[in-house]
Amino acid sequence: MLEKSMGRRDALAFLGALTAAGFVLPRAAFANWDKAAFEAKTMEDALKALGAGTPAGSGEVQIVASDIAENGAVVPVQAVSKLPNTERIAILVEKNPSMLAASYDLGPETVPDVTARIKMGQTSNVIVVVKADGKFYQASKEIKVTLGGCGG
Amino acid sequence: MGNPMKIRAASKDGVTEIKVLMNHEMETGQRKDASGTVIPAWFINEVTAKLDGKTVLSAQWGPSISKNPYLAFKVKGGKAGDKVTVTWVDNKGDTRTDEATVT
Repeated sequence: MLEKSMGRRDALAFLGALTAAGFVLPRAAFANWDKAAFEAKTMEDALKALGAGTPAGSGEVQIVASDIAENGAVVPVQAVSKLPNTERIAILVEKNPSMLAASYDLGPETVPDVTARIKMGQTSNVIVVVKADGKFYQASKEIKVTLGGCGG
Repeated sequence: MGNPMKIRAASKDGVTEIKVLMNHEMETGQRKDASGTVIPAWFINEVTAKLDGKTVLSAQWGPSISKNPYLAFKVKGGKAGDKVTVTWVDNKGDTRTDEATVT
């Protein structure tokens, strides 16, 4: 490794110099990241960027979370889909500045049941969008937040 | 780089449950420090999980994921002794990979 030959500080300086010179583009490291979807300012744009259009509501999509979150900085949300061939699960928070919190692409053997901890700035609808068999479905649940998690 | 993740993976009745606790600030880019300067966004934006060398989950995250992110999911199949590998990449290009064995 680099650090063995150079010392950590030197190695970091070296990397910094490379970055400054434009040789290493940090953004290239996450080429898959869907910038448009994560930076969308409205729910409509976020869904459009996900390719979801207007997903149909479905009882087969479930959001497991408590109705009231005392601490908006850490809100556990479990997203479950009972739909066959679920390929993708996305979690969105309507009133967060960045609405799309997470998008999970599932392998064929992966059970469509993922749990995350998200931040919520205020009481809001949490929306789970599921892609199954090429079609999009959604479910929504309001979570009340007593202490916001996005402030300073 | 970054601090190690905690990964637990347990196989039961033909399903492997994988739980991961990562160590990351997950700074939103919305907050300001005491002098009013915006603290730049710094968050994990990609996570890949492999079971026995096969990708079972690839996630894209935004800054709305909580500090020290938690991720739990289940995979059909898998058995004790299989390797679980989790890799994250953050928006500064930093990355970390950790491995655990299914019990």
